[in-house]
Amino acid sequence: MEPTATTAPALPRSLEEIRAEFPILAREVNGRPLAYLDNGATAQKPLRVIESLDRFWRTHNANVHRGVHTLSEEATALYEGARQTVAAHLGADRRETIFVRNATEAINLVAYSWGRSNLAEGDRIVLTEMEHHSNIVPWYQVARERGAALDWAPIDAEGRLDLTALAELLERGPKLVCVAHVSNVLGTVNPIAEIARMAHDAGALIVVDGAQAGPKLPLDMPELGADFYAITAHKMYGPTGLGVLFGRRELLDEMPPFIGGGSMIRKVERDLITWAALPAKFEGGTPPIAEAVGFAETVRWLDELGLDAVHATEVELAGHMLERLGDVPGLRLFGPPAGSDRGAIVSFELEGIHAHDVSEILDRHGVAVRAGHHCAQPLMERLGVAATTRASGAVYNTHGEIDRLVEGLHDARRVFGLG
Amino acid sequence: MDELYRDQILEHYKRPHNFGRLESFDLEFEDSNPFCGDEQHVFIRLDESDRVAEVSFEGQGCAISTAATSLLTDELVGKTRQELLELPKDYVLELLGIDISATRMKCALLGLKVVKGAGLGKPADWEDEGEQGDPSQAAAV
Repeated sequence: MEPTATTAPALPRSLEEIRAEFPILAREVNGRPLAYLDNGATAQKPLRVIESLDRFWRTHNANVHRGVHTLSEEATALYEGARQTVAAHLGADRRETIFVRNATEAINLVAYSWGRSNLAEGDRIVLTEMEHHSNIVPWYQVARERGAALDWAPIDAEGRLDLTALAELLERGPKLVCVAHVSNVLGTVNPIAEIARMAHDAGALIVVDGAQAGPKLPLDMPELGADFYAITAHKMYGPTGLGVLFGRRELLDEMPPFIGGGSMIRKVERDLITWAALPAKFEGGTPPIAEAVGFAETVRWLDELGLDAVHATEVELAGHMLERLGDVPGLRLFGPPAGSDRGAIVSFELEGIHAHDVSEILDRHGVAVRAGHHCAQPLMERLGVAATTRASGAVYNTHGEIDRLVEGLHDARRVFGLG
Repeated sequence: MDELYRDQILEHYKRPHNFGRLESFDLEFEDSNPFCGDEQHVFIRLDESDRVAEVSFEGQGCAISTAATSLLTDELVGKTRQELLELPKDYVLELLGIDISATRMKCALLGLKVVKGAGLGKPADWEDEGEQGDPSQAAAV
Protein backbone atom coordinates (compact mmCIF):
# COMPACT_ATOMS: atom_id res chain seq x y z
CA MET A 1 0.00 0.00 0.00
CA GLU A 2 1.31 3.48 -0.91
CA PRO A 3 1.88 5.72 2.10
CA THR A 4 -0.46 8.67 1.87
CA ALA A 5 0.76 11.93 3.35
CA THR A 6 -2.71 12.99 4.42
CA THR A 7 -3.42 9.93 6.58
CA ALA A 8 0.06 9.21 7.99
CA PRO A 9 0.77 11.65 10.80
CA ALA A 10 4.41 12.21 11.77
CA LEU A 11 5.85 11.54 15.23
CA PRO A 12 6.26 14.75 17.25
CA ARG A 13 9.94 13.99 17.93
CA SER A 14 12.79 12.71 15.80
CA LEU A 15 13.85 9.07 15.92
CA GLU A 16 17.14 10.14 17.55
CA GLU A 17 15.22 11.99 20.27
CA ILE A 18 12.94 9.02 20.90
CA ARG A 19 15.90 6.63 21.09
CA ALA A 20 17.61 8.92 23.58
CA GLU A 21 14.64 8.44 25.92
CA PHE A 22 15.50 4.73 26.30
CA PRO A 23 18.59 4.24 28.49
CA ILE A 24 19.01 0.57 27.55
CA LEU A 25 19.41 1.40 23.86
CA ALA A 26 22.84 2.85 24.71
CA ARG A 27 24.01 -0.59 25.82
CA GLU A 28 26.43 -2.81 24.01
CA VAL A 29 25.93 -6.54 23.57
CA ASN A 30 28.91 -8.68 22.59
CA GLY A 31 30.88 -5.56 21.74
CA ARG A 32 28.24 -4.20 19.36
CA PRO A 33 25.54 -1.59 19.96
CA LEU A 34 22.33 -3.35 20.98
CA ALA A 35 19.85 -3.75 18.11
CA TYR A 36 16.76 -4.75 20.03
CA LEU A 37 14.32 -6.52 17.71
CA ASP A 38 12.50 -8.63 20.30
CA ASN A 39 9.79 -6.10 21.04
CA GLY A 40 7.02 -8.62 20.46
CA ALA A 41 8.24 -10.38 23.62
CA THR A 42 8.63 -7.21 25.64
CA ALA A 43 9.39 -3.59 24.76
CA GLN A 44 12.08 -1.46 26.38
CA LYS A 45 11.08 1.30 28.80
CA PRO A 46 11.52 5.06 28.41
CA LEU A 47 13.25 6.88 31.25
CA ARG A 48 10.01 8.67 32.15
CA VAL A 49 8.40 5.33 33.02
CA ILE A 50 11.43 4.07 34.95
CA GLU A 51 11.47 7.33 36.93
CA SER A 52 7.77 7.18 37.69
CA LEU A 53 8.23 3.72 39.26
CA ASP A 54 11.22 4.98 41.22
CA ARG A 55 9.29 8.05 42.38
CA PHE A 56 6.38 5.93 43.54
CA TRP A 57 8.60 3.59 45.55
CA ARG A 58 10.58 6.46 47.07
CA THR A 59 7.79 8.85 47.99
CA HIS A 60 4.27 7.41 47.80
CA ASN A 61 4.46 3.70 48.55
CA ALA A 62 1.54 2.34 50.59
CA ASN A 63 -1.27 -0.13 50.02
CA VAL A 64 -4.36 1.23 48.30
CA HIS A 65 -7.96 1.58 49.53
CA ARG A 66 -9.10 1.67 53.15
CA GLY A 67 -5.93 3.27 54.51
CA VAL A 68 -6.64 6.47 56.38
CA HIS A 69 -3.22 7.93 56.28
CA THR A 70 -1.54 10.28 53.88
CA LEU A 71 0.60 7.78 51.99
CA SER A 72 -2.31 5.40 51.47
CA GLU A 73 -4.47 8.23 50.22
CA GLU A 74 -1.73 9.28 47.81
CA ALA A 75 -1.19 5.73 46.59
CA THR A 76 -4.95 5.25 46.13
CA ALA A 77 -5.27 8.50 44.21
CA LEU A 78 -2.36 7.52 41.96
CA TYR A 79 -3.70 4.01 41.41
CA GLU A 80 -7.24 5.14 40.62
CA GLY A 81 -5.85 8.03 38.57
CA ALA A 82 -3.90 5.47 36.56
CA ARG A 83 -7.13 3.59 35.89
CA GLN A 84 -8.71 6.81 34.64
CA THR A 85 -5.77 7.43 32.30
CA VAL A 86 -5.90 3.90 30.90
CA ALA A 87 -9.70 4.00 30.56
CA ALA A 88 -9.48 7.24 28.57
CA HIS A 89 -6.83 5.67 26.33
CA LEU A 90 -9.23 2.81 25.59
CA GLY A 91 -12.31 5.00 25.18
CA ALA A 92 -13.78 3.12 28.13
CA ASP A 93 -15.38 3.81 31.48
CA ARG A 94 -13.20 3.32 34.58
CA ARG A 95 -15.58 0.57 35.76
CA GLU A 96 -14.85 -1.29 32.51
CA THR A 97 -11.08 -1.11 33.07
CA ILE A 98 -9.87 -4.00 35.23
CA PHE A 99 -6.25 -4.23 36.34
CA VAL A 100 -4.87 -7.77 36.20
CA ARG A 101 -1.37 -9.27 35.95
CA ASN A 102 -1.07 -9.60 32.18
CA ALA A 103 -3.09 -10.24 29.02
CA THR A 104 -3.09 -13.96 29.81
CA GLU A 105 -4.82 -13.37 33.12
CA ALA A 106 -7.29 -10.99 31.45
CA ILE A 107 -8.37 -13.76 29.04
CA ASN A 108 -8.46 -16.33 31.83
CA LEU A 109 -10.72 -14.01 33.77
CA VAL A 110 -13.20 -14.01 30.89
CA ALA A 111 -12.90 -17.77 30.38
CA TYR A 112 -13.43 -18.67 34.01
CA SER A 113 -15.95 -15.99 34.93
CA TRP A 114 -18.01 -15.49 31.78
CA GLY A 115 -17.24 -18.88 30.26
CA ARG A 116 -18.15 -20.99 33.25
CA SER A 117 -21.45 -19.17 33.73
CA ASN A 118 -22.47 -18.94 30.09
CA LEU A 119 -21.15 -22.00 28.27
CA ALA A 120 -23.04 -25.27 28.25
CA GLU A 121 -22.82 -28.69 26.64
CA GLY A 122 -22.70 -28.38 22.85
CA ASP A 123 -21.94 -24.65 22.75
CA ARG A 124 -19.26 -23.55 20.30
CA ILE A 125 -16.29 -21.19 20.58
CA VAL A 126 -14.48 -19.91 17.49
CA LEU A 127 -10.70 -19.44 17.71
CA THR A 128 -8.35 -18.59 14.86
CA GLU A 129 -5.30 -20.46 13.60
CA MET A 130 -3.11 -17.47 14.42
CA GLU A 131 -3.91 -17.29 18.15
CA HIS A 132 -1.25 -17.17 20.83
CA HIS A 133 -1.56 -19.93 23.43
CA SER A 134 -2.96 -17.35 25.84
CA ASN A 135 -6.10 -17.10 23.68
CA ILE A 136 -6.30 -20.88 23.15
CA VAL A 137 -5.50 -22.67 26.40
CA PRO A 138 -8.10 -20.94 28.65
CA TRP A 139 -10.81 -21.74 26.07
CA TYR A 140 -9.63 -25.34 25.75
CA GLN A 141 -9.82 -25.69 29.53
CA VAL A 142 -13.25 -24.14 29.95
CA ALA A 143 -14.59 -25.95 26.87
CA ARG A 144 -13.46 -29.28 28.35
CA GLU A 145 -15.10 -28.43 31.62
CA ARG A 146 -18.40 -27.30 30.11
CA GLY A 147 -18.62 -29.74 27.21
CA ALA A 148 -18.29 -26.97 24.63
CA ALA A 149 -16.53 -27.36 21.27
CA LEU A 150 -13.77 -25.30 19.65
CA ASP A 151 -13.80 -24.30 15.98
CA TRP A 152 -10.70 -22.94 14.25
CA ALA A 153 -11.04 -20.12 11.73
CA PRO A 154 -8.31 -20.64 9.12
CA ILE A 155 -5.80 -18.20 7.70
CA ASP A 156 -5.24 -17.74 3.98
CA ALA A 157 -1.98 -18.27 2.07
CA GLU A 158 -0.76 -14.76 2.91
CA GLY A 159 -1.43 -15.15 6.62
CA ARG A 160 -4.63 -13.12 6.84
CA LEU A 161 -7.72 -14.41 8.57
CA ASP A 162 -10.06 -16.06 6.05
CA LEU A 163 -13.24 -14.05 6.67
CA THR A 164 -15.34 -16.21 4.34
CA ALA A 165 -14.43 -19.30 6.33
CA LEU A 166 -15.09 -17.37 9.55
CA ALA A 167 -18.57 -16.46 8.26
CA GLU A 168 -19.26 -20.15 7.65
CA LEU A 169 -18.21 -21.03 11.20
CA LEU A 170 -20.46 -18.27 12.51
CA GLU A 171 -23.41 -19.99 10.85
CA ARG A 172 -22.98 -22.74 13.43
CA GLY A 173 -24.09 -20.26 16.07
CA PRO A 174 -21.08 -19.97 18.38
CA LYS A 175 -21.38 -18.16 21.69
CA LEU A 176 -17.96 -16.56 21.40
CA VAL A 177 -15.29 -15.51 18.89
CA CYS A 178 -11.71 -15.24 20.23
CA VAL A 179 -9.25 -13.41 18.01
CA ALA A 180 -5.91 -11.62 18.18
CA HIS A 181 -5.92 -8.00 17.04
CA VAL A 182 -2.32 -8.34 15.78
CA SER A 183 -0.69 -11.75 15.27
CA ASN A 184 2.48 -12.18 17.33
CA VAL A 185 3.98 -14.34 14.58
CA LEU A 186 2.61 -13.05 11.27
CA GLY A 187 2.28 -9.36 12.08
CA THR A 188 -1.21 -9.47 10.54
CA VAL A 189 -3.52 -6.72 11.76
CA ASN A 190 -6.98 -8.24 11.88
CA PRO A 191 -10.02 -6.08 10.99
CA ILE A 192 -11.51 -6.24 14.48
CA ALA A 193 -14.42 -3.85 13.89
CA GLU A 194 -15.55 -5.97 10.94
CA ILE A 195 -15.07 -9.26 12.80
CA ALA A 196 -16.98 -7.84 15.78
CA ARG A 197 -19.90 -6.90 13.50
CA MET A 198 -19.90 -10.38 11.99
CA ALA A 199 -19.78 -12.00 15.44
CA HIS A 200 -22.54 -9.79 16.84
CA ASP A 201 -24.76 -10.39 13.80
CA ALA A 202 -24.38 -14.10 14.51
CA GLY A 203 -25.28 -13.57 18.17
CA ALA A 204 -21.75 -14.17 19.48
CA LEU A 205 -19.55 -12.06 21.75
CA ILE A 206 -15.97 -11.24 20.79
CA VAL A 207 -12.85 -11.52 22.97
CA VAL A 208 -9.83 -9.72 21.52
CA ASP A 209 -6.24 -10.48 22.47
CA GLY A 210 -4.67 -7.04 22.09
CA ALA A 211 -1.26 -7.92 23.56
CA GLN A 212 0.57 -7.05 20.33
CA ALA A 213 -1.83 -4.30 19.25
CA GLY A 214 -1.44 -2.27 22.44
CA PRO A 215 1.91 -0.71 21.49
CA LYS A 216 1.02 -0.45 17.80
CA LEU A 217 -2.51 0.85 17.26
CA PRO A 218 -4.94 3.43 18.60
CA LEU A 219 -7.50 1.49 20.63
CA ASP A 220 -11.03 2.77 20.92
CA MET A 221 -13.28 0.11 22.40
CA PRO A 222 -16.64 1.42 21.12
CA GLU A 223 -15.17 1.89 17.65
CA LEU A 224 -13.70 -1.63 17.63
CA GLY A 225 -16.90 -3.12 19.00
CA ALA A 226 -15.01 -5.44 21.36
CA ASP A 227 -16.94 -7.07 24.19
CA PHE A 228 -13.71 -8.00 25.95
CA TYR A 229 -10.22 -6.75 25.12
CA ALA A 230 -6.93 -7.71 26.79
CA ILE A 231 -3.69 -5.72 26.85
CA THR A 232 -0.43 -6.04 28.76
CA ALA A 233 1.64 -3.09 29.96
CA HIS A 234 5.13 -4.48 29.35
CA LYS A 235 4.67 -4.86 25.60
CA MET A 236 3.52 -1.20 25.52
CA TYR A 237 6.83 0.17 26.91
CA GLY A 238 5.48 -0.14 30.47
CA PRO A 239 6.25 -2.31 33.51
CA THR A 240 5.82 -6.09 33.73
CA GLY A 241 3.22 -7.52 36.09
CA LEU A 242 0.27 -5.46 34.88
CA GLY A 243 -2.38 -6.21 32.30
CA VAL A 244 -5.74 -4.66 31.62
CA LEU A 245 -9.03 -6.29 30.80
CA PHE A 246 -11.62 -4.12 29.14
CA GLY A 247 -15.12 -5.58 29.40
CA ARG A 248 -18.46 -4.01 28.50
CA ARG A 249 -20.09 -2.95 31.71
CA GLU A 250 -23.34 -4.82 31.27
CA LEU A 251 -21.36 -8.03 30.81
CA LEU A 252 -18.98 -7.46 33.74
CA ASP A 253 -21.93 -6.55 35.98
CA GLU A 254 -23.50 -9.96 35.42
CA MET A 255 -20.29 -11.97 35.77
CA PRO A 256 -19.16 -13.67 38.98
CA PRO A 257 -15.73 -12.80 40.42
CA PHE A 258 -12.65 -14.69 39.22
CA ILE A 259 -10.08 -14.26 41.99
CA GLY A 260 -11.55 -14.33 45.50
CA GLY A 261 -9.93 -12.51 48.40
CA GLY A 262 -9.43 -9.09 49.87
CA SER A 263 -10.81 -5.94 48.22
CA MET A 264 -13.29 -7.70 45.92
CA ILE A 265 -16.11 -8.12 48.46
CA ARG A 266 -18.90 -5.93 49.72
CA LYS A 267 -19.46 -7.97 52.86
CA VAL A 268 -18.28 -11.34 54.15
CA GLU A 269 -20.58 -13.17 56.51
CA ARG A 270 -20.20 -16.81 57.51
CA ASP A 271 -23.04 -17.90 55.25
CA LEU A 272 -23.16 -15.18 52.65
CA ILE A 273 -20.60 -13.18 50.75
CA THR A 274 -21.56 -10.32 48.47
CA TRP A 275 -19.35 -8.75 45.85
CA ALA A 276 -17.89 -5.29 45.54
CA ALA A 277 -18.96 -3.04 42.68
CA LEU A 278 -16.92 -2.72 39.48
CA PRO A 279 -14.02 -2.61 39.01
CA ALA A 280 -13.07 -3.88 42.50
CA LYS A 281 -15.14 -7.07 42.04
CA PHE A 282 -12.42 -8.38 39.71
CA GLU A 283 -9.38 -7.14 41.63
CA GLY A 284 -8.93 -9.54 44.55
CA GLY A 285 -5.80 -9.03 46.63
CA THR A 286 -3.26 -6.23 46.62
CA PRO A 287 -2.97 -5.06 43.02
CA PRO A 288 0.25 -4.13 41.16
CA ILE A 289 0.12 -0.53 42.40
CA ALA A 290 3.46 0.90 41.31
CA GLU A 291 3.10 -0.90 37.99
CA ALA A 292 -0.29 0.73 37.39
CA VAL A 293 1.18 4.14 38.20
CA GLY A 294 4.12 3.46 35.88
CA PHE A 295 1.75 2.27 33.17
CA ALA A 296 -0.26 5.49 33.37
CA GLU A 297 2.98 7.37 32.68
CA THR A 298 3.60 4.99 29.75
CA VAL A 299 0.15 5.66 28.32
CA ARG A 300 0.66 9.43 28.58
CA TRP A 301 3.98 9.00 26.77
CA LEU A 302 2.37 6.88 24.04
CA ASP A 303 -0.54 9.28 23.64
CA GLU A 304 1.91 12.17 23.26
CA LEU A 305 3.62 10.30 20.42
CA GLY A 306 0.20 9.47 19.02
CA LEU A 307 -0.57 5.87 18.10
CA ASP A 308 -1.61 6.83 14.57
CA ALA A 309 1.92 8.15 14.06
CA VAL A 310 3.45 5.11 15.80
CA HIS A 311 1.45 2.83 13.50
CA ALA A 312 2.50 4.74 10.37
CA THR A 313 6.16 4.60 11.47
CA GLU A 314 6.01 0.86 12.08
CA VAL A 315 4.22 0.14 8.80
CA GLU A 316 7.10 1.90 7.07
CA LEU A 317 9.63 -0.07 9.16
CA ALA A 318 7.83 -3.34 8.33
CA GLY A 319 8.11 -2.50 4.63
CA HIS A 320 11.87 -2.04 5.03
CA MET A 321 12.20 -5.27 7.00
CA LEU A 322 10.30 -7.29 4.40
CA GLU A 323 12.25 -5.77 1.53
CA ARG A 324 15.68 -6.30 3.09
CA LEU A 325 14.95 -9.79 4.43
CA GLY A 326 13.51 -10.80 1.08
CA ASP A 327 16.99 -10.38 -0.41
CA VAL A 328 18.60 -12.98 1.87
CA PRO A 329 19.08 -16.27 -0.05
CA GLY A 330 17.10 -19.20 1.32
CA LEU A 331 14.91 -17.02 3.52
CA ARG A 332 11.20 -17.79 3.67
CA LEU A 333 9.01 -15.00 5.03
CA PHE A 334 5.68 -15.57 6.78
CA GLY A 335 2.74 -13.17 6.95
CA PRO A 336 1.14 -10.61 4.66
CA PRO A 337 3.07 -8.24 2.36
CA ALA A 338 3.82 -4.68 3.44
CA GLY A 339 0.79 -2.48 4.00
CA SER A 340 -1.28 -0.89 6.70
CA ASP A 341 -2.50 -4.32 7.87
CA ARG A 342 1.06 -5.55 8.39
CA GLY A 343 2.73 -4.66 11.69
CA ALA A 344 6.51 -4.67 12.18
CA ILE A 345 6.57 -8.31 13.30
CA VAL A 346 8.41 -10.48 10.81
CA SER A 347 8.86 -14.22 11.21
CA PHE A 348 11.03 -16.17 8.85
CA GLU A 349 12.81 -19.44 8.25
CA LEU A 350 16.37 -19.58 6.95
CA GLU A 351 16.91 -22.73 4.91
CA GLY A 352 19.40 -25.12 6.47
CA ILE A 353 19.72 -23.28 9.79
CA HIS A 354 17.46 -23.82 12.79
CA ALA A 355 15.92 -20.71 14.34
CA HIS A 356 17.89 -21.24 17.57
CA ASP A 357 21.16 -21.17 15.71
CA VAL A 358 20.09 -18.10 13.73
CA SER A 359 19.28 -16.33 16.99
CA GLU A 360 22.55 -17.41 18.58
CA ILE A 361 24.60 -16.00 15.70
CA LEU A 362 22.57 -12.76 15.55
CA ASP A 363 23.27 -12.27 19.25
CA ARG A 364 26.98 -12.20 18.47
CA HIS A 365 26.18 -9.17 16.31
CA GLY A 366 24.30 -7.52 19.17
CA VAL A 367 20.99 -8.22 17.41
CA ALA A 368 18.24 -9.53 19.73
CA VAL A 369 15.47 -11.58 18.10
CA ARG A 370 13.29 -14.47 19.26
CA ALA A 371 13.41 -18.07 18.09
CA GLY A 372 10.93 -20.85 18.65
CA HIS A 373 7.22 -21.54 18.34
CA HIS A 374 6.26 -18.16 19.82
CA CYS A 375 3.53 -19.78 21.92
CA ALA A 376 1.57 -20.39 18.73
CA GLN A 377 1.96 -24.12 18.04
CA PRO A 378 -1.27 -24.55 16.04
CA LEU A 379 -0.04 -21.77 13.74
CA MET A 380 3.41 -23.41 13.45
CA GLU A 381 1.63 -26.62 12.42
CA ARG A 382 -0.46 -24.70 9.86
CA LEU A 383 2.72 -23.12 8.43
CA GLY A 384 4.49 -26.48 8.43
CA VAL A 385 7.44 -25.38 10.57
CA ALA A 386 8.70 -26.40 14.00
CA ALA A 387 10.04 -22.96 14.82
CA THR A 388 10.70 -19.60 13.22
CA THR A 389 12.98 -16.69 13.90
CA ARG A 390 11.05 -13.51 14.66
CA ALA A 391 12.29 -9.94 14.41
CA SER A 392 9.79 -7.55 15.95
CA GLY A 393 10.22 -3.81 15.66
CA ALA A 394 9.13 -0.90 17.80
CA VAL A 395 8.87 2.84 17.41
CA TYR A 396 12.59 3.27 18.24
CA ASN A 397 14.05 0.87 15.69
CA THR A 398 16.11 2.19 12.78
CA HIS A 399 16.73 1.05 9.24
CA GLY A 400 20.38 0.67 10.26
CA GLU A 401 19.37 -1.96 12.82
CA ILE A 402 17.46 -3.90 10.17
CA ASP A 403 20.54 -3.76 7.97
CA ARG A 404 22.58 -5.25 10.84
CA LEU A 405 19.97 -8.00 11.19
CA VAL A 406 20.44 -8.81 7.51
CA GLU A 407 24.26 -8.75 7.86
CA GLY A 408 23.94 -11.18 10.77
CA LEU A 409 21.84 -13.52 8.64
CA HIS A 410 24.47 -13.51 5.93
CA ASP A 411 27.03 -14.36 8.62
CA ALA A 412 24.86 -17.24 9.85
CA ARG A 413 24.83 -18.62 6.32
CA ARG A 414 28.62 -18.34 6.19
CA VAL A 415 29.01 -20.15 9.55
CA PHE A 416 26.82 -22.96 8.26
CA GLY A 417 28.75 -23.15 5.02
CA LEU A 418 25.84 -21.90 2.94
CA GLY A 419 26.99 -18.49 1.80
CA MET B 1 37.25 -21.23 13.90
CA ASP B 2 33.78 -20.84 15.31
CA GLU B 3 33.79 -22.06 18.93
CA LEU B 4 30.20 -23.27 18.99
CA TYR B 5 29.59 -24.21 15.38
CA ARG B 6 32.71 -26.32 14.91
CA ASP B 7 32.99 -28.37 11.74
CA GLN B 8 32.23 -31.53 13.70
CA ILE B 9 28.97 -30.06 15.04
CA LEU B 10 27.89 -28.76 11.65
CA GLU B 11 28.79 -32.09 10.04
CA HIS B 12 26.57 -33.99 12.50
CA TYR B 13 23.79 -31.41 12.02
CA LYS B 14 23.82 -31.64 8.24
CA ARG B 15 24.35 -35.39 8.07
CA PRO B 16 23.26 -36.83 11.41
CA HIS B 17 24.35 -40.40 12.13
CA ASN B 18 21.73 -43.05 12.86
CA PHE B 19 18.99 -40.85 11.43
CA GLY B 20 15.67 -42.39 10.47
CA ARG B 21 13.33 -45.00 11.82
CA LEU B 22 14.40 -48.61 12.52
CA GLU B 23 12.26 -51.19 10.78
CA SER B 24 11.98 -53.20 13.95
CA PHE B 25 12.66 -51.96 17.42
CA ASP B 26 12.01 -52.94 21.03
CA LEU B 27 12.12 -49.52 22.64
CA GLU B 28 11.05 -46.15 21.33
CA PHE B 29 10.31 -42.81 22.88
CA GLU B 30 9.40 -39.37 21.65
CA ASP B 31 9.72 -36.15 23.54
CA SER B 32 9.91 -32.48 22.84
CA ASN B 33 11.36 -29.39 24.30
CA PRO B 34 8.27 -27.47 25.41
CA PHE B 35 10.07 -24.13 25.26
CA CYS B 36 11.13 -24.32 21.65
CA GLY B 37 9.07 -27.12 20.11
CA ASP B 38 12.06 -29.24 19.07
CA GLU B 39 11.11 -32.92 18.84
CA GLN B 40 13.11 -36.12 18.83
CA HIS B 41 12.00 -39.72 18.49
CA VAL B 42 14.44 -42.50 19.29
CA PHE B 43 14.22 -46.20 18.30
CA ILE B 44 16.25 -48.96 19.94
CA ARG B 45 16.55 -52.66 19.03
CA LEU B 46 17.91 -54.93 21.74
CA ASP B 47 19.85 -58.17 21.31
CA GLU B 48 19.20 -61.47 23.19
CA SER B 49 21.18 -60.25 26.18
CA ASP B 50 19.11 -57.05 26.35
CA ARG B 51 21.89 -54.85 25.12
CA VAL B 52 21.46 -52.15 22.48
CA ALA B 53 21.94 -53.78 19.07
CA GLU B 54 20.83 -50.88 16.92
CA VAL B 55 19.64 -47.35 17.54
CA SER B 56 18.23 -44.54 15.42
CA PHE B 57 16.47 -41.22 15.85
CA GLU B 58 14.40 -38.78 13.89
CA GLY B 59 12.97 -35.35 14.55
CA GLN B 60 13.61 -31.71 14.00
CA GLY B 61 15.99 -29.60 15.98
CA CYS B 62 18.77 -27.07 15.98
CA ALA B 63 22.43 -27.77 15.23
CA ILE B 64 23.20 -28.39 18.91
CA SER B 65 20.36 -30.82 19.66
CA THR B 66 20.76 -32.71 16.39
CA ALA B 67 24.55 -33.03 16.72
CA ALA B 68 24.27 -34.07 20.36
CA THR B 69 21.86 -36.89 19.59
CA SER B 70 23.85 -37.93 16.53
CA LEU B 71 27.00 -38.20 18.66
CA LEU B 72 25.16 -39.90 21.52
CA THR B 73 23.54 -42.56 19.36
CA ASP B 74 27.00 -43.47 17.99
CA GLU B 75 27.96 -44.58 21.50
CA LEU B 76 24.98 -46.65 22.58
CA VAL B 77 25.46 -50.04 20.89
CA GLY B 78 26.35 -52.69 23.48
CA LYS B 79 24.99 -50.79 26.45
CA THR B 80 22.37 -52.39 28.69
CA ARG B 81 19.08 -50.75 29.44
CA GLN B 82 20.30 -49.97 32.92
CA GLU B 83 23.43 -48.35 31.52
CA LEU B 84 21.26 -46.09 29.38
CA LEU B 85 19.40 -44.94 32.45
CA GLU B 86 22.63 -44.20 34.26
CA LEU B 87 24.20 -42.04 31.53
CA PRO B 88 25.16 -38.73 33.12
CA LYS B 89 24.53 -35.39 31.42
CA ASP B 90 28.28 -34.76 31.28
CA TYR B 91 28.58 -37.77 28.97
CA VAL B 92 26.78 -35.86 26.21
CA LEU B 93 28.54 -32.59 26.98
CA GLU B 94 31.92 -34.33 26.66
CA LEU B 95 30.89 -35.88 23.35
CA LEU B 96 29.97 -32.41 22.09
CA GLY B 97 33.26 -31.02 23.37
CA ILE B 98 32.10 -27.41 23.27
CA ASP B 99 30.98 -24.96 25.92
CA ILE B 100 27.21 -25.04 26.21
CA SER B 101 25.56 -21.95 27.66
CA ALA B 102 22.69 -22.21 30.12
CA THR B 103 20.17 -21.30 27.43
CA ARG B 104 21.39 -24.00 25.04
CA MET B 105 21.67 -26.73 27.71
CA LYS B 106 18.16 -28.00 26.98
CA CYS B 107 19.10 -28.34 23.29
CA ALA B 108 22.21 -30.34 24.13
CA LEU B 109 20.38 -32.72 26.47
CA LEU B 110 17.16 -33.40 24.54
CA GLY B 111 18.56 -36.60 22.99
CA LEU B 112 19.71 -37.97 26.33
CA LYS B 113 16.29 -37.23 27.78
CA VAL B 114 14.63 -39.19 24.98
CA VAL B 115 17.09 -42.11 25.20
CA LYS B 116 16.43 -42.39 28.94
CA GLY B 117 12.70 -42.19 28.27
CA ALA B 118 13.08 -45.14 25.87
CA GLY B 119 15.03 -47.12 28.48
CA LEU B 120 12.46 -46.36 31.10
CA GLY B 121 9.35 -46.66 28.93
CA LYS B 122 8.07 -43.35 30.27
CA PRO B 123 9.31 -39.77 30.58
CA ALA B 124 12.55 -39.73 32.54
CA ASP B 125 12.46 -37.82 35.79
CA TRP B 126 14.22 -34.80 34.45
CA GLU B 127 15.23 -31.49 35.90
CA ASP B 128 14.83 -28.70 33.38
CA GLU B 129 18.42 -27.74 33.63
CA GLY B 130 19.25 -24.41 32.12
CA GLU B 131 15.68 -23.16 32.03
CA GLN B 132 16.23 -21.15 35.15
CA GLY B 133 19.50 -19.83 33.85
CA ASP B 134 22.79 -20.03 35.63
CA PRO B 135 22.79 -17.85 38.76
CA SER B 136 26.57 -17.42 38.65
CA GLN B 137 26.26 -15.99 35.14
CA ALA B 138 23.47 -13.67 36.20
CA ALA B 139 25.66 -12.29 38.98
CA ALA B 140 28.43 -11.56 36.50
CA VAL B 141 26.26 -9.36 34.27
